[in-house]
Parts: sequence; C-alpha cells; structure tokens
Amino acid sequence: MLLSSVTDAGAVLVETYGDLVAAEDVLLFVNAAITGTGQREFHGGAAEQQLSLDFLHEYMLVNYRGPYAAALALDINDHNSALIVRRLLETSRDATDEQRRTEGRLIARRLRLLPPQRVYRLIGELRRAKVNNRRTRAILRDWLATRPDQALDAVKYRAGLKLALRHTHLRPVAEETGDFLYAPRRRPKYTAPLLDAWRRAHYEQGALYELPYTVAEGFANRHGIPRAAFLKKIEPRLTALERLRLQESARALGATAVTSDAAALARMPLTRLASYVLGLPPADRTARRAELTDALRGAARRAVRAAGAEEGSWGRVTAVLDDSWSAYGSGVKRRRPLAAALACHFLLAALAGEYTALWTSGHGDALLARPAGPTPLGRRILDALDTAPERLVIVSDGWDNAPPGLAAEVLRVWRTRLDPEHRTSIVHLNPVYDAEGFDVRRLAPTVPTAGLRDAEDVPALVEFARFAEGRTDLSELTAHLAARTERFLAAEGAVRGPVAPAAGSTGTTGTAGITGTAGTTGTTGTAATETAEETVR
Amino acid sequence: MTTTPAAPAFRLDLTGLDTRPAQVWGGVRLVPLVRAEPIEDLRLHQELYEPEYTAVPVGPRTDYLAFVPHGFVADWTRDGTPAAAYGTRLDTPSAITASTPPERVRVRVPRRIAKRENRTRLRFLPLHLALEGYLSLHFGGPSIAWEEYSERALRNGLSPRAEEAYAGDRVRGLADALRVFEIHPGQCGLVVYVADALAAAFVVPHPDDYRALHRTLLLDLFGELIHHYALLSAPVPDFRADLRTAGPINSTAELRAAVDGQERAWAAFHDDTMAGGLLDPDYRSRTVRRLGRFRLDRFRPEFRPKQENHIGEAITDEHGRLAYLKTFRLSEAQVRRGHLLDRLAAHDWHLPTTATALGLTEPQLGLRLEGAGFGSLLRQDVLDHYRRAARQ
Repeated sequence: MLLSSVTDAGAVLVETYGDLVAAEDVLLFVNAAITGTGQREFHGGAAEQQLSLDFLHEYMLVNYRGPYAAALALDINDHNSALIVRRLLETSRDATDEQRRTEGRLIARRLRLLPPQRVYRLIGELRRAKVNNRRTRAILRDWLATRPDQALDAVKYRAGLKLALRHTHLRPVAEETGDFLYAPRRRPKYTAPLLDAWRRAHYEQGALYELPYTVAEGFANRHGIPRAAFLKKIEPRLTALERLRLQESARALGATAVTSDAAALARMPLTRLASYVLGLPPADRTARRAELTDALRGAARRAVRAAGAEEGSWGRVTAVLDDSWSAYGSGVKRRRPLAAALACHFLLAALAGEYTALWTSGHGDALLARPAGPTPLGRRILDALDTAPERLVIVSDGWDNAPPGLAAEVLRVWRTRLDPEHRTSIVHLNPVYDAEGFDVRRLAPTVPTAGLRDAEDVPALVEFARFAEGRTDLSELTAHLAARTERFLAAEGAVRGPVAPAAGSTGTTGTAGITGTAGTTGTTGTAATETAEETVR
Repeated sequence: MTTTPAAPAFRLDLTGLDTRPAQVWGGVRLVPLVRAEPIEDLRLHQELYEPEYTAVPVGPRTDYLAFVPHGFVADWTRDGTPAAAYGTRLDTPSAITASTPPERVRVRVPRRIAKRENRTRLRFLPLHLALEGYLSLHFGGPSIAWEEYSERALRNGLSPRAEEAYAGDRVRGLADALRVFEIHPGQCGLVVYVADALAAAFVVPHPDDYRALHRTLLLDLFGELIHHYALLSAPVPDFRADLRTAGPINSTAELRAAVDGQERAWAAFHDDTMAGGLLDPDYRSRTVRRLGRFRLDRFRPEFRPKQENHIGEAITDEHGRLAYLKTFRLSEAQVRRGHLLDRLAAHDWHLPTTATALGLTEPQLGLRLEGAGFGSLLRQDVLDHYRRAARQ
C-alpha cells in the first residue's frame, strides 16, 4: 500500500516535471519563431542565428511535432513559417494520419498568408531537398490555385513559378503561360496584356511601364533610362510598400510624384510605419511632426481594433522603452528593435486610459527617438514603478548594462517585497532573438518575457506571456494552442467563403503530440481538409 | 637622451571622472569614465596615416622607428573659450555636411613625436610618446666605462633597442567588445580590461572627441601579455547588481537608495581595487610640451617586477586634472628589462654593487642581463667567465 502510493507520487512527479519541460520548450520555441530571422543582430552574427534556429526547429520537430505545427497558427514571422512548413513536408512519413490532416490545413492557411516570393523560395528549397511527395504536390497545387493572376506571377516571379510548375508536374492555367515560361520565343504575340508587355519591353521602352515595378526596373537598366525619369513614369504601378520604400530616394532624384500622402501613410501597418519614420532624418521628422504623429496614431488605433481590443481599456499603463545603442539592430535589420519600441509606444498609448512612456535614454520625444547610449533598465523600471501603474510593459532587447542585472533585482524586490499580491502586472516584450540562449533574453524569472515581432500583436502576446510566468501549466498551454489553431483555421473558412466554419467541433485540434491523448479533429468539409485527406489517402 | 633628467614623482588622479558600470563582451571588460563637466578649451582629433613604418628622429643620430597607424592633434585656446576640434570643421558648414568624415591626411615623415604645428595646435603620436620614453631609458649605456662592458656598449649604448607590441585589432575580442559597447552620455574615457587585467586607460577632454576616437583603441598598441590573455581567456563574468545585501526594503524610496548604493559600491570597487595597479603607484614623469594652461607629460613606473606596470602619456591642466591619458601595460619581460636598467643606472652601472643591491652574485646578474637581452652590453670573455662560474 505504502509502496504503491510512493510510486504513484513518483509517477505524478515525473509526469509533472516532463510537462514542465515540454511547456517551457514550447514557449521557448514560440519566442524564437516570433523573433529569429537568421539575420545578423546587434550582438550576434547571421551564421550563429541560423545555426541556433536550425537546432531549435530540429529539436521541436522530433520531440513535439503537434505544437511545432500549431506554431503556424501563432503570430510567428515569415522566415520561421517557411522553415516549419519545409520541415513538416520533409518528414511527412513520420506523421500520423491525424497529424497530417491538421498539418495540411495549417500549412495551407499559412502559405496563403505568406508573401508569394517567400512561398516561391520555399518551393525552391523543397526542390533542392528533393521533397516531392503527393502531399507536398497537393498542397502546392492548392496554393497555386489560390494565386489570383498567374500571368502576373509568371512575369513577376518568373523563375519561381517556372520551378514550382516543374516541381509539381502541373500545367499552367493558360497554355500561353507555359510557352511564356518555357519557350518565350515560340509565340510572336501573347493575348494576356502583361505577358505581351513583357515581350515588347525587350525592345520598346514604353511597354515596360505596363509591368510591375520590380520587373520594369531591370528593363529600365537595360534600356539605360535615367532613374528619375523611370520613377516618374512607373509611379502608377507601384505597390503601397514600394511607394513607401522609394519615396525618399525618389525625392532626392527629383521624382516628386512618388509620395505617400497622409492617408496612404495611415493605411500602413504600424511597425512598418515606425520603421519608416525612424529612417527619416530628424529634421524631416520635426518638420512633418503632425502628419507622422497622426499616421502613427491612426495605425495604432486600427491595430487595436483589429486585435479585438478596446481603446483605453487597459487602464493606467507605463511603458519602459529601450532606445539604447543596441536598439540600432544591425545593417540588415536597421533600427528594427527601436521601431518595435516606437510602434509599441503608439499602440499602448491607444490601448491605455492613462499612459506614461519612459525611454531608457531619458529623452521624452518619441518621434525623434534615436538609438544611443547605455541601457539603464533598472533605474527606468524604478521610475516606472513610481507612477503606480496597473500594467507595466517593458520593450527591450534585455541587455541591461548600466549596471548589469539591476533590472532583475529591482523586479525581484518589487515582486517579493513591495507588491507580493500582484497589483501591477508586468510583462517584458523582447524583439531580439538571442542565438546563444536559444530564446529571447529574459530580465527576471518573476517577470514573463515574450518575443515581439510586430507591435500589432501586443494584445495577443500579453495574453500569451502569462504562460511564461512561474510554472507553466501544460494543459492550459495546450488548450490555448488549440484555441488559437481553431481561430486561425476558422479565419480561413471565412476567407474561403461559403464553407461552414469550425463551429460545432468536438475536442482539441492539433496538439495531440504533447499530451499523448488523441484529440479528434472537429472540422470537416473545408477545402483544406479535403486536401489533407486526399494526400493521406 | 643619455641621462634621464630627475623626474618629479607623479600620481594619476581620476578626479572629475566618474566610473560607470562596466560592459562585458567575452574576455574584455570595458569600464566607461564620465566627465560631469567636459573640458572645452582643449580638443583632440585623429589623423590617419598610411600603413607604413614611420621613422621619427628623436635626437642627434637617433631615430624612433615604429608602425604608427594614427596620430592625434590637440587644439587649445589661450583664453579658455571653447576650441573646435579640427575634424569637425565648424568654419565651413555650407560646403561640407557634418557627416563627412575628415579626409585622410597624408603625412610626410613626422618631424617629431610631438610637434607644435602652430601656436595653438600640437600633433603627437599617441602611445609612441610613452613607448619612446621607455625605449630610450638609459639609452646611452654605461655612464662610467667599467671594464666589464663591451666596446660596443660604451660606444653605442643600448642601440638598437627594440620592443614588440600588438595592434588593438590583433587582440582577440577587443574589436567586437568596442563595437557592441554602448557609449554613455558625457563619456570621456574608457578603461580596458582583458581577462580582468588592466590593459589600457584612455581619457580625452570632451565627449565628442571620445565618440570620434572610440574606435582608435583598435589602432593602439597592446603588450604581449594582453594579447596572450585575450587569446586564452575564458569569458569574464558580469558584476551583477545585488540588492540582497541592502537589508529589508519596504518602499520604492528605499529601493532607490539601495540602487544608488550599488552604483557607488561599484565605482569605489573599481577605482580602489580593479584600477589600483594603475592609480596607486608613483610615476616618474617628464614634461614634453606645454599647451597653454595644459601640459603634455609622459610617465613611466618604478619598474616593480611581478606587478602591474604602466607607461603612458597624459595632458593635465594647471590643477593636475587629467585632460588626456593613454597608458600601455608593460609585459613581464619588459618590466624586468626596465628594472635591470634602472638598478644598473642607480649604481652607476657598477656590476658588483648592483648585484649586492639586488641580492645576487655578480655572475647571476651578468646572466640575468644576458637573459633580458642585454648580453651584448658585456664583454664576451666576461660573459664566458660568468657562465663558467654559474656552472660550478
């Protein structure tokens, strides 16, 4: 009797410990997948980052396949989405039928959210890795079918589409697209205007202005068209992001037609807009202060509505924002951590009823933020706690160095001695992946840390960050992942139109890998499930 | 340079420079020094030289030959009004934007290591001033022609005298540490530790000068000791703040007081303990130039074997406050050489009395001289005699 009770307790202990490790691993991976891009960061090189991310992906795939696939339903970045999709497709034979069905739907949904150039690159990687099973082909076929205009893809992503069609053994939608890709000189003329413009652009300068900007740029170079004249005439063909990216250099060349007006700026995603603002010289920022502030505020309000939160619903909020020199990021991610902090500043201002922002440098003007100086996080957190906030949000890369470890100590003393009953909820958002630690850098064990990609995700992240506080309950985390997967796939149903969404589903979806209990897939009847089932067969 | 003039004792004093928390990267610890009030009437800027050996005449028939990657130019005013650093070019704002870096100045063979370019401008080669001081130590050789010394020692002194050093970019991890270092507002100096050995101290008059010259630490010289430490060192740990020792904390005001205490404790620990080897000993200094109310000195230590020994150069104002400082940590062998020469010179180069003073026999001293690289000072037969005596 005694013996059995001891073994029971031991078994419970082991299981709990295993659960704890599993939950921590999943959280760690999600943080990495949100922030890591395999590019050079302020403190680490690109090779280190890639090595570190590759290891994490391999580890997750082997040990926790269910949550690994479920990460596709979270706000992870495009780089990691592509990596996950590739690894899932590479190892199809290791998955159970159940897992394949869920993975199929998650992959299909995620591919539709990825920018097309990313997907075409992913197809190239799959081809290099010689992954061409029926499941892969079916998923790619479905994705290619969702592309709105194959002629446009044929011109803009010529190499990518060519490779994709060759890899999946598919016929192009129109026969002339096939000729265009594989034997462009076979036809004297194309009926699709875009294809024909491409043909004519080889010898006729006027035709290249009918092409997308990225394609026309190459032709302009071949024809020796001056950059300013080219920009002036291609202006109507620019996408919103191209316009945003080009307008400063275009203005320097005198092509003033390329401008984003205030309305266009306000339609930009918040974090991207923040990056754009930080790229402007301080004199321009001062001169356009009203316009830029309005645009940022507008974008923040839109982000709040999109996240399903209410403006002013967060009560008294204080933010500690890192504008130390390390917020510069690196040459390839210029001012990215600072942009994330600036975007958070405006988002929190919209979310909070009463808002205080404290920059680590001590400067008060958010619009003129620039990365400089050390990171006295401890002192700033102390200043922030003095304002007696209901929520304290810290946006920093976690390199607390003036003095090191002070932030952790201040937070520890605050939690243990000054605020043991958790009146203030504190969360640390970190936009930088630390390759050495396989995670984002944490400030203190008592304060949850979450990876931050776009400020738009902050409400979801703050919800997610509670799992990182103290001992994580695996069942709760699993339920959360399941709910997110459900929501993610339901959104797909909405996009797809008159197909019944996942209402009335029973059981959990997709997280069977953690618990070992087989969940039942509730949703049937959506196109993606058909795809998955077809490939399973 | 045959005799070193009697040098006044001198002690480095960091008054006016506050120590801020160190930043660690691998085996390199960088401690920023911040000036509450920058010195406005003396400014430094950098000149880049072609990567070639440079020969500088330092005395009659004596040349100083070294790899000199850069030089500093000091500008000062006579009435205490702010001086503009040459590189900032405040005079032509329309022609050149502020972001244009100073052009590379092509310099002929420098005439002197410190040369007055006009009435309020001095060009000098950083660290080489100090190194040349070390190399020319008792350069003339024996002052009395004792019979043990060779013909060559009596005629040419220690010439040619050579020492080796490593450029900062050869010190492993230093380049990365300087790249990720976050410069404090008002920072005017930096103390570099490699494997927690004080490698160099660098102080400038003005924060703007510091920002411009931060990277020049890579062009500076570091001794063999520092190079080896950097190569072999494991990462050094951070000195993390710890409020557990502060006693019970019951309010944010107490928390703030504890935080202040931490910062003070670190500054005191650094200045007293970590930088003790640089700041505590007495130095012998020699004034090289006067620059208005400032003075450019070079200094050398008492050469205490098996201890930290730094040579360097400093600009101080009339109150002895540091405006500029650059130091070089001597390696063990270099300290031994300096020590031997110093002792010999103190006893008028008489071998038996020097040996007694050092607690050695005469043959032991002779062999030690040979081991330190000064074998050519002694006559060959004398040296052979010492070897035989040592074998028995």
